[in-house]
Amino acid sequence: MTRADTRPHARPTFHPASAPDFVPAPRLRELQLARLRAIIQHAFVHVELFRQRMESRQLAPEVRSLADIANLPFTTKVDLRDTYPFGLFATPLREVVRVHASSGTTGKPIVVAYTRQDLDIWTSVMVRSLAACGLHEGDIIQNAYGYGLFTGGLGAHYGAEGIGATVIPISGGNTDRQLMVLKDFGVTAICSTPTYFLHLIDRAVQLGLDLKSLPLRVGVFGAEPWTDSMRRHIESATGIQAFDIYGLSEIIGPGVAVECPEHDGLHIFEDHFYPEVIDPETGEALPEGQEGELVLTTLSKLAMPLVRYRTRDITTLLPGPCPCGRTLRRMRRIGRRSDDMLIIRGVNVYPSQIEAVLLEVEGTLPHYQILITREHGLDQLEIQVEVTSQVFSDRVGALEALSDRLVDTIQRVIGIHSKVTLVEPRTIQRSEGKAKRVIDKRGQS
Amino acid sequence: MKIPQLSLFAENRPGHLAGPCRLLAEHGINIRALTLADTQRFGILRLIVSHPAKARQALEAGGHVVTTSEVLAIAVPDQPGGLATVLSALEGSPTNIEYMYAFPGGHGGQAVLIFRFDQPDAALAVLQAKGVVVLPSELILGG
Repeated sequence: MTRADTRPHARPTFHPASAPDFVPAPRLRELQLARLRAIIQHAFVHVELFRQRMESRQLAPEVRSLADIANLPFTTKVDLRDTYPFGLFATPLREVVRVHASSGTTGKPIVVAYTRQDLDIWTSVMVRSLAACGLHEGDIIQNAYGYGLFTGGLGAHYGAEGIGATVIPISGGNTDRQLMVLKDFGVTAICSTPTYFLHLIDRAVQLGLDLKSLPLRVGVFGAEPWTDSMRRHIESATGIQAFDIYGLSEIIGPGVAVECPEHDGLHIFEDHFYPEVIDPETGEALPEGQEGELVLTTLSKLAMPLVRYRTRDITTLLPGPCPCGRTLRRMRRIGRRSDDMLIIRGVNVYPSQIEAVLLEVEGTLPHYQILITREHGLDQLEIQVEVTSQVFSDRVGALEALSDRLVDTIQRVIGIHSKVTLVEPRTIQRSEGKAKRVIDKRGQS
Repeated sequence: MKIPQLSLFAENRPGHLAGPCRLLAEHGINIRALTLADTQRFGILRLIVSHPAKARQALEAGGHVVTTSEVLAIAVPDQPGGLATVLSALEGSPTNIEYMYAFPGGHGGQAVLIFRFDQPDAALAVLQAKGVVVLPSELILGG
């Protein structure tokens, strides 16, 4: 052992669990093909809906090459709802050791299942995710994802234990206690939604707690789309390095893809989740570098294999190798979901566009909410923005100029005239999980 | 000479001044002067209080967005032409008045005006050179 290795904070540059991230591409493709063949067989035999769809297209459950995947039928969220609760399970219930469910804001939730082996796969991809974020044995990880039916809490928990870190299973909520633990326990990494971490930053400022003075060095943020400008804000306010982690319950939960320290796209753990990008209108596969909807096929999960699952997330598969050496393909971070798209006066608008304007004009990201109403048959877009100390002025003119600048910039970016209303701090409801940014009242009037 | 003035953001909604005023009362802080600038869209409450630093801390802890700016208090004779004299003194100086308001209660038979200049130091120098009485902060804050 060299002297350098004995330093208490020596950081291994390579974690043994990450070995599959660096497998040569041809070997990875062989593995994918072998796994794809097996999982298509498994789904065909055990999932009635999948078998019916294959048979109605006169397709045999045989795959000759990875390119053949483009012939297979898609699976959608509607399929999960229609087969609620257990209709897509491919193993007997006694082999299912865990179920999770989506929050289900409308109607029934969707239910997902795991065998013992599926849970091990999930833990392994979460360990690889946290390793890519530079975490290792000796780290103290505060897991502020909600524990329960939501996959975020337990997914991050098992990954953090798996990597050998000390895990604080604090779950979401109780902001003041989160900050107390963050400070008193010497926490080095936090897992949460990005908006909840912004909320923690705000509260720390109010309490006079300087997050930069703490040992905290890494944040693993996911479960909702966020932007590079939010990353810059988080990193400059706290001195940590912020990583984007991606996942969805239907596929496994968090740990489908993650950023490496290059922060140039997310590596997809494609030995378990095979990615495609398609044109959301036509369903045609798109080449690398073109933006479209992410479609994922689970290659190894047994309890609930999903073939060509349409994620509704908009991204691009990035061409070329990553300087970090991982051979796993990268996708551009998810900035928007096709589900998030609002059609206002016939124009497509994404909340992330408005968020980017707020950051550009104000320099920090204030809490905000988008309200859409209909007056005299015409859509009205109102953006309520909390006044922050960074932009507040004692001069009326300065605040009026600020809201005018927001209106002008939004008009320039999305082409729609909006009304910007400055509101008092802490008047927009805070979320402890995913942020509710949009209130669409058009159906109610 | 320069007096700290606290400003806080207030929406144009009924009852929105009660909260901050109650907070100040709870902390034993006396409001010496106050004005509300309101527009159709929002309001700005401007306050001169007995203990500005403590007041700002209490207001921020209560969730308000607060900014501190420096204002000048000027005593003028409580008679026609009182204000005109001050404004004449400022003619030709590069500073602008952002806004002003009257201080209720008076000062030895004189009226007190609060001025927010864009350049308080430059304004102070001009006023003093022209013999205008700029009141010391202790007198206004009651310290």
